[in-house]
Amino acid sequence: MSGPILSVRDLVVKFELRGRTLTAIRGASLDLIECETLAIVGESGAGKSVLTKTFLGMLDGNGRVDSGSIEFEGADLARYRTEKEWLRVRGRKIAMIFQDPMTALNPLRNVGRQIQEVVELHQGLTGKAAEQAAVEMLARVGIPEPAARSRQYPHEFSGGMRQRVVIAIAKACNPRILICDEPTTALDVTIQAQILQLVKSLQEDFSFTTIYITHDLGVVANVADRVAVMYAGQIVETGTAEEVFYDPRHPYTWALLSSLPQLGVKGKPLYAISGTPPNLFHEVRGDAFAPRNPQALEIDFRLAPPVFRVSPTHTAATWLLDPRAPRLEPPAAIRAMRDRHAEGAR
Amino acid sequence: MNGATEKLLEVKDLTVGFKVKGGFFTAVQDVSFHINKGETFGLVGESGSGKTTIGRTIVRINQASGGEILFRGNRIDGKISRERDAEVVQKIQMIFQDPMASLNERAKVDYIVSEGLINLRRHRDEAERVALVEKALLEVGLLPEFASRFPHEFSGGQRQRIGIARALIMEPELLICDEPISALDVSIRAQVLNLMAEIQRSKGLTYLFIAHDLSVVRYITDRIAVINKGRIVELAGTEELFARPLHPYTRALLSAIPTPDPILERAKKLTVYDPACHDYSRDRPSWTEIREGHFVLANGAEAAEYGRLS
Repeated sequence: MSGPILSVRDLVVKFELRGRTLTAIRGASLDLIECETLAIVGESGAGKSVLTKTFLGMLDGNGRVDSGSIEFEGADLARYRTEKEWLRVRGRKIAMIFQDPMTALNPLRNVGRQIQEVVELHQGLTGKAAEQAAVEMLARVGIPEPAARSRQYPHEFSGGMRQRVVIAIAKACNPRILICDEPTTALDVTIQAQILQLVKSLQEDFSFTTIYITHDLGVVANVADRVAVMYAGQIVETGTAEEVFYDPRHPYTWALLSSLPQLGVKGKPLYAISGTPPNLFHEVRGDAFAPRNPQALEIDFRLAPPVFRVSPTHTAATWLLDPRAPRLEPPAAIRAMRDRHAEGAR
Repeated sequence: MNGATEKLLEVKDLTVGFKVKGGFFTAVQDVSFHINKGETFGLVGESGSGKTTIGRTIVRINQASGGEILFRGNRIDGKISRERDAEVVQKIQMIFQDPMASLNERAKVDYIVSEGLINLRRHRDEAERVALVEKALLEVGLLPEFASRFPHEFSGGQRQRIGIARALIMEPELLICDEPISALDVSIRAQVLNLMAEIQRSKGLTYLFIAHDLSVVRYITDRIAVINKGRIVELAGTEELFARPLHPYTRALLSAIPTPDPILERAKKLTVYDPACHDYSRDRPSWTEIREGHFVLANGAEAAEYGRLS
C-alpha cells in the first residue's frame, strides 16, 4: 500500500449564520490512499459535502477552516486563502462532480466547446487538436455519435448523458483526485449502474483517486475500497468495505445498516433510528450519537470517545472498544450479515 | 391468493395519452392489473415509464383515453356521477414523493390535514373537525399541538407524516403512495415504512406503492408489476418475481439495484436491456400467464422459452 495522497488532520470547519456559529466539521481526520475509491457515508447534515469542499476551497462565503490541516503534495490546503492559490489545485489536481449535472453545465454553450475549454486550459492543446480531443473524450465516456453530439447543447441530453458530459469535463482536467458528490442520486437505477461502471473504468485507465459522497449504501458496496462513516461532523468509523459492512463497530454504523429495507425481514418492523442528529449550533458533549443510541453507556454522555484501532485499516470512535466497556453484541441484522459473509468465506 | 379475495381496484386495458406539440403522446398503453383488498401492490419502473400517470389517472387527475378503471366493481373513469366522484375522493387518497412540495407552505397543519374534510363536508361541526385532526396527527405519531404550526417548521420525515395524516383523515380504503420515501434521508425511511405498515395493519388499508427502487418495494409489497415505456412487462408475487424474473427488462432492472453487500455487489454482472432483443415483426406479444399468478408480456416463442426457465 502506498502512502496517503491527501491527509486530513483534526479539521474543524465553522459557519457564521445570522450571528451564530455552526461547527459543521468537528475535528475530522482522514487519509486518502493513492488510486483507491473512498466512500463517505452519512445522513444529510453529517458534513460529507462540507468536508470535501474544503479540499477545493469551495466553502460558502460564511464558512472557514477554523483549525486542523489538509496535507496534499507537500502543501497545507487548510492555509490557502487566495483564489490564486486555489487555482493551482481546483480542477487541475482535484476535480468534483455534483448531483445535478444541469447546474454544472453552461446551458448556452454546446458541450463540445465546454470540454474543449478545459482541454485547452489543462492539456495545452489548441484549436482543432483541442476540438478533436473533446470529441474523443465524449466517445470515451460512452456518448454515441460524439462528433455530432459535441455540437449539441446540454438541454438536448438526457440526465444520464449529461452526467457523462460532466464526467468528461472533470476527466479532461486530468485530476489526481476526483470527488463525486451524490453523482447518481437523480438518475434511474439502470443509468446509475452504467455511470458507476464508467467512473470505475476511467479510474482503471487513468489511475486517479476517487472519493464518493453518498447516502446509498448499495452504491457504497458497489464502488468502495474503503468507507468512512460520518456523523455530526465527525468521522466515526473507517475501514475497508468488508470491515465496515461485515464487522462494523460503531453503534451509528450498526443503526445505519440495520435500518436498510434490503436487510429487513418482511412483516417485521425495520430498525428505525429515533430522534434527530444534534444541533451543531451548540457544543456537543460526549458521543454525538449517544442520545439516539438506546444502548449508550454512561460515559458516552460525558466524554467524547477517542479513535480506537480495530485492525491496521479499521478504526472506530466509540467507547465500546475500550477494554473496560461491556461487551455488546451488534443488532440482529448486522449479525446475520456477518454470519452470511463468514459462511461464504468458508 | 385464494378465490375469496375481493378485488378492490381493477384497471383494464388502460391507455392514457397527452396532447403534445404536433401530436399525441401515449404515456400508458393497455395496462391491466387488479389490487386485492388489504394487499400492497407495487408498481415499479424508471422515470418516464408512466407509473405516476397510472396513479394520477386512478384518482382522476389525468383522464383515461381508453380502457376502464373499476373501484369495488364500479367504473370510476370518465364521466361519473357527483356521488361517485365524492366517493373516489374519499376512498382513494394519495401520498406524494416530496413532502416539501406537496404541503401548502402558507397553510397551517390544521388546515392542510382537514382540507379534504372541509371540501366534502364530512364533519358535523368545528369541534368534530378539531377532534378528527387531533386523532389523525396522533395516528401518524405527531403531537396534536403541531396543528397550529406551518410545514416549514418540520423535518422531512415529519412532513411526510403530515401528508399521511391528511390522507388518513378521509378514512380511505386505498392509498396510492407515489415514491413516498425516495426523498427522505436513509435513517428516516425506516420510520416512515414502519408507520405505513402499522397503519395498514390497524386499518386494513390497501396500498398501491409506486416506486423505482426495487429493494424497498421488495420489503413492503405482496405483488409487483414492472412497467417499461407505458406497458406492464411482468407481474408476479414479490418473492416469485425476485426468484424467477422472466422478462429481460425485469432482469436488467434487478441486476442494476445496488445491494449493500460489497462481495455480492462486486461479483454482480450487469444486464442491459435492449428492446431489439424481441422479434415482434410477425408474432405480436400478448399478456401471458407463465405460472400461476406470474404474467409476462411475450409472444409465442418467448412464452415457450419463459416456460422452460421457470
